[in-house]
Amino acid sequence: MAELTLATLAAQAFTGLVLGMILVLLAIGLSLIFGLMTVVNFAHGSLYMLGAYLGFFLIGYTKSFWLALVVAPLLVGALGFGIERFLVRPLYGRSIDDPLLLTFGLSLVMVETVRLIWGKIGLTLDPPRELAGAVNLGFTYFPLYRLFVIGVTVVVLVALFVFLEKTNVGLIIRAGSRDPLMVKALGFDLGRVWLLVFGIGTALAGLAGILAGPMRGVYAEMGVTIIIESFVVVVVGGMGSLVGAIVAGIAIGEVVSLTTLFAPKFAEIMVFIVMALVLLVRPSGLFGESGLME
Amino acid sequence: MRSWIATHPVVAFLVVFAIFPYLVPYKALATQVLIYGLFALGFNLLYGYTGLLSFGHAAYWGLGAYGTGIALAKLKVGSLWLGLAAGLGLAAAGGAVIGFFCLRRRGIYFAMLTLAFAQLLYFVGFHLADWTGGDDGLRGITLPPLALPGVTIPLDTSLAFYYFALALVATAVAALKRILDSPFGAVLQAIRENSERASACGYDTSRVKLLSFVFSALFAGLAGSLDALRLNVVPIESLYWTTSGQVVIMTLLGGAGTFFGPFVGAATFLVLEDRLAVFTESWPLVVGAIFMAFVLFLPKGIWGTLLARLGP
Amino acid sequence: MNRRAFLATTAAGAAVAAFPAILKAQGGDTIKVGFPGPTTGPFGALAKDQQQGASVAMEEINAKGGILGRRLEILFRDDQLKPAVGAQRTKELIENERCEFIVGGLAAHVQMAINEQTKKAGKLFISVSQSDEITARPDWGPLTFHEALNPTITSRAVGNWLAQNLGKKWWILYADYAWGKQNNAVLTEVLKRQGGVLLGSTPYPLGNPEFSAHLPKILAAKPEVLVTMTPGADNIAFLKQAISFGMKKEMKIAQPLHWLPQLKEGGPDLYADIYAGINFSWQLEDAIPEAKNYVALYRKKHNEPPGDYSAYAYSAIHEVARGITLAKVVNSDAVASALIANPVYNHYKGKQWWRACDHKAFQDLWIVKGRERSKMKGEWDFVDIVQKVAASEELDRSCKEKGFV
Repeated sequence: MAELTLATLAAQAFTGLVLGMILVLLAIGLSLIFGLMTVVNFAHGSLYMLGAYLGFFLIGYTKSFWLALVVAPLLVGALGFGIERFLVRPLYGRSIDDPLLLTFGLSLVMVETVRLIWGKIGLTLDPPRELAGAVNLGFTYFPLYRLFVIGVTVVVLVALFVFLEKTNVGLIIRAGSRDPLMVKALGFDLGRVWLLVFGIGTALAGLAGILAGPMRGVYAEMGVTIIIESFVVVVVGGMGSLVGAIVAGIAIGEVVSLTTLFAPKFAEIMVFIVMALVLLVRPSGLFGESGLME
Repeated sequence: MRSWIATHPVVAFLVVFAIFPYLVPYKALATQVLIYGLFALGFNLLYGYTGLLSFGHAAYWGLGAYGTGIALAKLKVGSLWLGLAAGLGLAAAGGAVIGFFCLRRRGIYFAMLTLAFAQLLYFVGFHLADWTGGDDGLRGITLPPLALPGVTIPLDTSLAFYYFALALVATAVAALKRILDSPFGAVLQAIRENSERASACGYDTSRVKLLSFVFSALFAGLAGSLDALRLNVVPIESLYWTTSGQVVIMTLLGGAGTFFGPFVGAATFLVLEDRLAVFTESWPLVVGAIFMAFVLFLPKGIWGTLLARLGP
Repeated sequence: MNRRAFLATTAAGAAVAAFPAILKAQGGDTIKVGFPGPTTGPFGALAKDQQQGASVAMEEINAKGGILGRRLEILFRDDQLKPAVGAQRTKELIENERCEFIVGGLAAHVQMAINEQTKKAGKLFISVSQSDEITARPDWGPLTFHEALNPTITSRAVGNWLAQNLGKKWWILYADYAWGKQNNAVLTEVLKRQGGVLLGSTPYPLGNPEFSAHLPKILAAKPEVLVTMTPGADNIAFLKQAISFGMKKEMKIAQPLHWLPQLKEGGPDLYADIYAGINFSWQLEDAIPEAKNYVALYRKKHNEPPGDYSAYAYSAIHEVARGITLAKVVNSDAVASALIANPVYNHYKGKQWWRACDHKAFQDLWIVKGRERSKMKGEWDFVDIVQKVAASEELDRSCKEKGFV
């Protein structure tokens, strides 16, 4: 590491930001679904994987990355509707165990189905021609596609924030995650809210999948490890806190990325060390409210 | 029937598992069910009875396995009992230390802390290759004969090892029954229902929880230790989070909070996977679908539903 | 339940319980070989290729009347790339299916877990994927055979060739786990012996394929050769990033091995001009008669050319058959002795032999280079064969270095 320059450091920090963005997209979906429905969605990683595969399929079919980027997450979200309505909804009122076991089974089914349809060999997903190559950031060259990933995530997050903070539906969602009984008593149909939230959460996972595909490759097991990292992000940020998920996602992305540079051996474990330290100091994560989900 | 099983669990257990090797296709599968059943039983003490969801039980399974494995393969202790003791000691110590830290948090935060500590152990195991074999796994574990006062029995055959494991697992089942029936067990279940109230009743809930954590780790450690003896290897995956996930799934499948549910879950999981994989390459598809069907149609887990059907 | 109903149920139960036994008795005249491999999981395509190679050998043997008049049967099992499952599956194959021989395994750690079971049960095991330890003490057992190449042989062969032909200023990038570390150590040693300069070596965490911070550093150092150990999905991710940084134009890129399913996944745009070693490539059919036979049989059965790992499985199944024919008895000890007494064989690419001390197979390998898309003849024509490296015991560690006296 003798010739470590500021430029290398900056490049790696940017890489960390990109990884952080993918984690944020996954964590927000997990956090919304858990916060509102106390469903630990173990299939979230598989939905991320499915987003990438559907993206691949749609690019081949329509020849347009841009169309695929919009349609693939919508399809995953639609599947999310179906999962909530027909599989998860019958389980409300039962313990937290049942949805966990169900979504675990579901993720096995999804991974194997994808292998049956698209084969055992992974796929390569290329960024569109417009986003190929690298840009000069002044201090370093950085792949254009990665900057694009950061941009898309920021836009989606702002839209989500506006939706949750400024609209009536958003208000009900936030209220529902605090006190579902009271919201119900006020006469709101929580069933439709659940459906919507599950759809949004899964669509975000699908978006993360198609965005990550060109950087990390597309293969049936791509959701297995990242789901644990996403859970870590949710918990470090604090359950039910969107700001927490964003801050924690970026922080974890940076920690992984910079550790890879300085001490590659520790890259995998740093995620968990950070989580343990945060939780020992702050019982409910960085932005979580105490008492929620404990 | 139901009440008879509830009052004589150890006898019921021994009756079923005495003939179990002849009910499944091969003996090594019977042993595997026995060992994973014990693992799930230990997990259930913490989750089903105390209400604490650990997502890091791979740690104690792995500590038990490596403790025994390292004692036999690296330290060459040459005695079955010393090997087992090393595994149990390591698992209990690990449970005490990790439990001490994790029990400061509750709910999902507790679960994720246990995960973090287990992953930390995985990391240590991965890089301490001189002792653990690293990612190649620990090999060269020889199974010493069973030395009892006045007699030495070789455990080379699958059947001999099965009954040896059965003796230990049955002892563990009896111990668990004893723990749950004791006043201590009653406090555990009180904590599960309402931790604050138990505390208000004057119980030192944090001490009780820690003790439950350590007992749970001990059971998991014994299971891991037996698995090291059974396979003569300890894979690094023993400490990985997927092992923790597996025991959670087995327990939920059988029914958390019931005495034998976890055992039934482990048996179902392992036999299903074993047999289906022989018939189809896409076995995860079928296994996954069956899990979903179980959740949707058997709300109390397999064992819980069965008990409800059997009536009093 | 009354007495009659009880008797009826018990009788039916007994009949069901006895059924597998009847089936087994009928199957008694086949010779069973157990074959664990990770058909589910990230290396499913490689495992499938292995199984297909083994099937071709089985059909070829049975078409010629079997072995000692008995049919050969291979039982494939999914080991999920997990040592515990591989061990459990091996127990099942030996205990339940009564397999006398085990062939298979696709990763070093799973192979060694399988090996512990075969050692204990006294069954012959021919491992068909890379591992240095399996033919060294203490892992090796008297019934352990190793058909595949290993990291030492591969990296010595490839490393020597790279240093002599492409340049002696290297950078090494490797995944930080057993296989990556082993290759890194061997390559570093080779380069030193060749009088070369190692400008740098970078470990990265396996399964975390982010290289963009390392690549500018490597570009600036201007190595002549960049050698990489980036298995599985990491390999694709690495090549994409390396290409986007324009590294292919600045230096030669090499890796210890190419795998056909991996080449298919990445395609020629990624793999063109990437150098590697390989134990077999189907284009050898033009030069070697045995290869022609194997490739034709494989194509006929599976409608595609065989990959490199299928060839190991094909050869290993033939070795089991050859051993039984020589020994004239279906018994692991006798077959092992027969193979060591008659160590030379040739099933698909020329002469190979078993070394007596460690039961390691010595065989030719080839240096290949990825082809450009425009030069490909058909969808599977990914590599140019650059040079043959003849089989030599010098390429492996010696018997003494492996702990044999």
